[in-house]
Amino acid sequence: MEKKKELQVAALENGTAIDHIPADQLFKVVSLLEIEHLKTRVTIGYNLDSKKMGKKGIIKISDKFFEQDEINRISLIAPTVNLNIIRDYEVVEKKQVSLPDEMCGIVKCNNPKCITNNEPMQTRFQVIDKENVTLKCHYCEVKIKKEDIELK
Amino acid sequence: MNKKSLVSIADYSKEDILRLIGIAEKFEKNPNRRLLEGKVCATLFFEPSTRTRLSFETAVNRLGGRIIGFSDASTTSSSKGETLKDTIMMVSNYADLIIMRHYLEGAACYASEVTNVPIINAGDGANQHPSQTMLDIYSIFKTQGRLENLEITMVGDLKYGRTVHSLITGMSHFNPVFHFVAPEELKIPDLYKNFCDKKGIKYYEYTDFSDEVINRSDIIYMTRVQRERFTDLMEYEKVKNVYILRNNMLSGSKDNLRILHPLPRVNEIAYDVDCNPKAYYIEQARNGVFARQAIICDVLGIEVK
Repeated sequence: MEKKKELQVAALENGTAIDHIPADQLFKVVSLLEIEHLKTRVTIGYNLDSKKMGKKGIIKISDKFFEQDEINRISLIAPTVNLNIIRDYEVVEKKQVSLPDEMCGIVKCNNPKCITNNEPMQTRFQVIDKENVTLKCHYCEVKIKKEDIELK
Repeated sequence: MNKKSLVSIADYSKEDILRLIGIAEKFEKNPNRRLLEGKVCATLFFEPSTRTRLSFETAVNRLGGRIIGFSDASTTSSSKGETLKDTIMMVSNYADLIIMRHYLEGAACYASEVTNVPIINAGDGANQHPSQTMLDIYSIFKTQGRLENLEITMVGDLKYGRTVHSLITGMSHFNPVFHFVAPEELKIPDLYKNFCDKKGIKYYEYTDFSDEVINRSDIIYMTRVQRERFTDLMEYEKVKNVYILRNNMLSGSKDNLRILHPLPRVNEIAYDVDCNPKAYYIEQARNGVFARQAIICDVLGIEVK
């Protein structure tokens, strides 16, 4: 007889399940999506077993449905996540994240002489290469490669 | 950014550059026109730059405008910790135009987002200095009678030199051939080579400042090789005298060759070049006033007849 599989995180009635989050990025995802400010029920799974990824993170949020540009905020750190939109215990829609053309207030400019590091203001980057992930600061025009990207 | 501001030379299309050259020519014929009568222009120099400030203030004065401002931020409230945004919004209450120099990169772009008063960027750190580029292009046009199909040689610090980078951008509309002469440590960044590739612009790189490249050139644009740019001082000692232009190096050059330099020079152009009619760097600075008069009228939407 097949061994009964234990459900790792409780099922969701209505809301969004974000699956396949790289485990080491889980808490950054939480903070970028501002989940700590939500008033609804949230289940966060950390270091769960995953066939695909080894260890993964999962976030289940009741009664919350993200706009696409909200969810694209995490595309830099967790490009492979799956979003399952759940209504009445059924997955009614699956979403992927994609890099937006512009990112505001997420990435830190790594030029210390950039105005954004010296004024109380939002950063703003154009994504100039989506394939290799290269950003260009809207203000000082410095280009930042994927491996040098630092979040605010 | 508000529409009228000039933050980067990349804000200008080919048509814009040609239009501004046309306006600058009018000012060269007659620099004293009272087109700014009743207008107040602020020159905010958070970082001192005597040459640029005097040139802009001369331009405003010749247009009959009035000037407020400062030439050293240590005497202003920004030294008390006021944000750039507050300073700009405050000055916007007083002035019809803000000309600003700042030590931080992106400062002018940000300023143009927080006010409706037009901003002219007079240099933001190592980033942009578009009025310098306009005067360089105007000087090239004046000395060559055209902008298309010129052989332009750039010498010295091509890695950090912002005037070089902006000139590449500005001249890219006019099918130039670039010759980049620089020591290994100060080579032109890949970014600009990729830019030229994308635009189909031919360029060649050299570490030798040879007769061959001098004799091909219509324009030689000299820049300063600064000691502090080198991580290896041995390397600096090796190259510091290689990129000095001397009069005897010009004996086989084209008649129409002109030598440009954004100034100040230290030793990269020997003094014996000054008497050569091909030396153009002092007149080049004079063109700065006309180019800036043109830019000022353009951002304020003032027609020049």
